[in-house]
Amino acid sequence: MTEPGQDQAVAPPAGGRRGGATPRPRGRISVVGVLGELLITAGVFVLLFLGWQQWLNDIIVGTQLHGQSVQQSQTWNKAPGPTKAPQPGAPPVITATIANAQKFALLIVPRFGADYYRPIAQGTGVQDVLNKGELGHYPTTQMPGALGNFAIASHRKAYGGNLEHINELHVGDHIFVETQDGWYQYEFRNLQFVKPTGVGVIDPVPEQAGVQPTDRMITLTSCNPFFSTAERIIAYGSFDTFTPRADGPPAEIAATVTGRS
Amino acid sequence: MYAALWRVLPGPLWVRVIILVVAFAAVLGALVFWVFPWVDQFVAPQDVTVSQ
Repeated sequence: MTEPGQDQAVAPPAGGRRGGATPRPRGRISVVGVLGELLITAGVFVLLFLGWQQWLNDIIVGTQLHGQSVQQSQTWNKAPGPTKAPQPGAPPVITATIANAQKFALLIVPRFGADYYRPIAQGTGVQDVLNKGELGHYPTTQMPGALGNFAIASHRKAYGGNLEHINELHVGDHIFVETQDGWYQYEFRNLQFVKPTGVGVIDPVPEQAGVQPTDRMITLTSCNPFFSTAERIIAYGSFDTFTPRADGPPAEIAATVTGRS
Repeated sequence: MYAALWRVLPGPLWVRVIILVVAFAAVLGALVFWVFPWVDQFVAPQDVTVSQ
């Protein structure tokens, strides 16, 4: 125990500490210290980037795509396509040639959320379609409503994460494809897991090359498992009904289409 | 580096904290809106299609 008097004797006078001859040692800037702080900063940046890429940007892109899709739908409402006379019992089919990376349809999947409304573009280019958050239509496959297979691909996570919840589809879930003509309703049938080279899944009759199609299919492809490209996850649906644009959107997706979800 | 930054900031504690919060928000905004989208193109693309 020090005596109060001794303590006062060695302590510098009050107020003289700042200008004193022995200032409190301050953190001097050292090369190692700065390097360490820069490395910590770089590590924080990497974590922030991952958080942005895997989570935040999907929300931002999803909101933007929803807005774009609502606008696209309203544009189509004002100028509905030429009234085709579809064959009895058959839905209309896009016959015009669609340029690469051109958006021509919209995807609505109620199971993926009430605000899930995403554009579909022609081609599966990484930079010009997929990384913009759009779903890409395999150009060698058929158009919505045509006999055969309407096959589209998209990211599971990041770049909008369009097919993040593809593994959560229930049998019978509705998958809607909207074009200028109206709404094609498909029913989810099953999942399949294939190697990245499993091109049979986008055949007109999936996995049966050369067979004449008698059914109207939709095929969604994405990567599997999460954060990996080792496999592909495939979701199949079969065509159910078609609702012309003049009749308005099906009740199940009316709130999504009008943007009031 | 950060200790030096803290020392050159003017004002009392609460002013320094406000300045740092605003600066951090500005850096975060610049990262999210410009830096990250630019960096993203160099990140190995994820392949989601089937092909031979």
